[in-house]
Amino acid sequence: MSDKYTDHLGRPIVVVTGMGVLTSLGRGKKDNWEALTSGVSGIHRITRFPIEGLSTTIAGTVDFMDVEEVSAPAVSTAMALATAGEALDQAGYNGSGFPGPLFFAAPPVELEWQHRFTLMAEEAELEPGYGQLLAAARDHTHERMHECIQLGSIAYKLAETYDTKGLPISLSTACASGATSIQQGVEALRRGETEAALCAASDGSVTAEGLIRFSLLSALTTQNEFPEKASRPFSKDRSGFVMSEGSAALVLETLEHARARGAEILGVIRGVGEKADSFHRTRSSPDGIPAITAIKLSLEDAGVETDEIDYINAHGTSTPENDRMEYGALKNVFGEAIHDVPISSNKSMIGHTLTAGGAVEAVFSLMTIREGVIPPTINYNNPDPDIPLDVVPNVKREATVKTVLSNSFGFGGQNACLVLGAEPA
Amino acid sequence: MTDREVWITGIGLVSCFGEGAEFHWQKLGARTAPEPVVDCETYKPYCVFPLPEIDWSLQIPRRGDQRQMENWQRLGTYTAGLALEDAGLKDNEEMVSTMDLVVAAGGGERDIAVDEEILRESLTRNDRDMLLNERLPTELRPTLFLAQLSNLLAGNISIVHKVTGSSRTYMGEEGAGVSAFQNAFARIRAGQSTHLLVGGAFNAERIDMLLSLQLGHFAHMGDAKPVQARQATGGGTIIGTAGAFLVLEDAEHARARGATPYARLSSIASDLGPRDLEKTKARIDALIDDVKVEPGAAVVSGASGVAGITELEFDALRRHLGEDVAIRAYQSLVGNAVEANFPFGIALAALALRHGGFYPVFEEVEKPASGAPSSILVSGIGHYRGEGFAVIDKV
Repeated sequence: MSDKYTDHLGRPIVVVTGMGVLTSLGRGKKDNWEALTSGVSGIHRITRFPIEGLSTTIAGTVDFMDVEEVSAPAVSTAMALATAGEALDQAGYNGSGFPGPLFFAAPPVELEWQHRFTLMAEEAELEPGYGQLLAAARDHTHERMHECIQLGSIAYKLAETYDTKGLPISLSTACASGATSIQQGVEALRRGETEAALCAASDGSVTAEGLIRFSLLSALTTQNEFPEKASRPFSKDRSGFVMSEGSAALVLETLEHARARGAEILGVIRGVGEKADSFHRTRSSPDGIPAITAIKLSLEDAGVETDEIDYINAHGTSTPENDRMEYGALKNVFGEAIHDVPISSNKSMIGHTLTAGGAVEAVFSLMTIREGVIPPTINYNNPDPDIPLDVVPNVKREATVKTVLSNSFGFGGQNACLVLGAEPA
Repeated sequence: MTDREVWITGIGLVSCFGEGAEFHWQKLGARTAPEPVVDCETYKPYCVFPLPEIDWSLQIPRRGDQRQMENWQRLGTYTAGLALEDAGLKDNEEMVSTMDLVVAAGGGERDIAVDEEILRESLTRNDRDMLLNERLPTELRPTLFLAQLSNLLAGNISIVHKVTGSSRTYMGEEGAGVSAFQNAFARIRAGQSTHLLVGGAFNAERIDMLLSLQLGHFAHMGDAKPVQARQATGGGTIIGTAGAFLVLEDAEHARARGATPYARLSSIASDLGPRDLEKTKARIDALIDDVKVEPGAAVVSGASGVAGITELEFDALRRHLGEDVAIRAYQSLVGNAVEANFPFGIALAALALRHGGFYPVFEEVEKPASGAPSSILVSGIGHYRGEGFAVIDKV
């Protein structure tokens, strides 16, 4: 039932024909890849707002975007426009309109303190409070402020700028969102709804309040002294993740559509797997079954056996719990063989780009396949004896990589896994 | 690949009137429409349709779970429980553990007291950034963040009701509800899912939400006049606390377990673009063509009451379905539940089809129905962006 354009289940093969990426390491695939394979960290001391009194003072902020105001919606939008533009350029679609829908992993955006203070100043004679802010909203126009705090507005902007088709999708599965955007693109292509889909993710939500919220959940590392050494996935002394910003975009097409128009094929999304966890709001089920199930489902969906996985792009957040759970889940699925599969965490260098993580790491996974180079897990000087994995410590490794498993896990019991592969023969 | 038939087999509803699918049919489907339950005092000059009296423990038994949520999540989790119960799937572990979950959600619920305290104190400080660093780490409740994350309504539904097949959350005001249903419909039709829970919940009793609307000048001020009646005085939307969750099933899956359908979800289409007159008109026309609505269909309209777009929608409906088409703009009675608005409309349509009736006029200008429709068009046009339509048919 499969021909050269369909997979093992007779569904259209889904390929990637354009990719864009932006992180604290830089703008675009080239700069990111150079830094990532050189073991460079993008984590630094925060300069965006004062850090006095904060328990975490480091992050992977993206400070080089040209924005009218530094706010989560503005930074996230600018990054999303940049990576979607890069992906569409590569796919040959920029400026010509895009023949499919947008699946956008949207960061949380809301009114920020700077906006509240602006509104306050407009009605300075009134008693401070929401009544005052509402009066300012009534008495003046705030079109931009309104626009930027609507949860769908980044997707609207992308859809309008790049002329994607239909109602653009804004989605969230917390820290698995980036992977979910790709998963939804794959599903739409397999349903035959479209021949192409733009999958994008962006998160520029490092604000004082955003950082404090994660601190209050004890999720962030407080190893502030050497920022570039703070994210240390799979190390014994890992102590939490580093909040970061970034964005990625991928143009997905059916293989048939891509070949017909002569597009360069950058890789294949072979399988997707998902399983929700009902254990806890922020913690994974101790038995790891939801993560195990998501991994198994993605392999099954791809028609791939564990021994065909050449490399694993880990979720690897550098929190004590995630890395232990991820190892346990992988060991359950791969057995003892897991100890021989190279696995690395991009987050050791770029930190946790939250909503964008799954998409950023999918781009890096496909680049790993294309370049034959595995980016390292840096800051790996004190291995956790309970996690005896080949984490590609500290230095990149040349290897033939044909098939990659990329994991994403998020608050709210979200588990999404992708299996990515090289261009089919 | 043959398309599967998509049945609605369970409905959970909460609005200002109360709770339950059957309750809402009795209330809204009576000979005359009920008097609206509306609070025009608390947030004057804005009215809101408030939360009815509700015993959370009936669907969220653990106090610890209730404490970890804010009201929009409690309402969503509660309503999801009602839908599962209605579908006969509540606590059916085999069914819920393979059931897919699709949620339309907003988020960002604030701690108003903390915000206002900081605003007051900011008047005496030149270093406002430092004020935030001092106050927020001690004043914010750690769990508030979990009440603000959009996907944590889905997370709570997984925890409380053990719905764990897959879990996806859509955002983007009313369009989120449209996306949720479009995704749910497409997955069942293509055989990517056999049974799923889809819907949303919205808490209107939030001054921060009114602020968000007012920044765009979309909020109606003054009396809670019905959707069309308020067009004469500038229109605007009136938000309403509501939850709407539905169980959708592959018809074969429903038949195999002996479930009775409310109705069939037959088609759904959506779009988005700039809100200028000609382009919006063209998009709405194209969508109504796309969903292939029958000439005799009645309409359950999710119109927001915002000036311009509301008239455009009604004009288009009359152009396609005739001057005398029975349109029921339910926001006149329950308000705009934003992300839950479109799910609410689909629930109302499904209820009418199962009961073989329709709704009385919700305001004077609406036309009486000429009989029980066998097909209902549901509209979900956002107050700000996004347009969607669905056709629900009698099974």
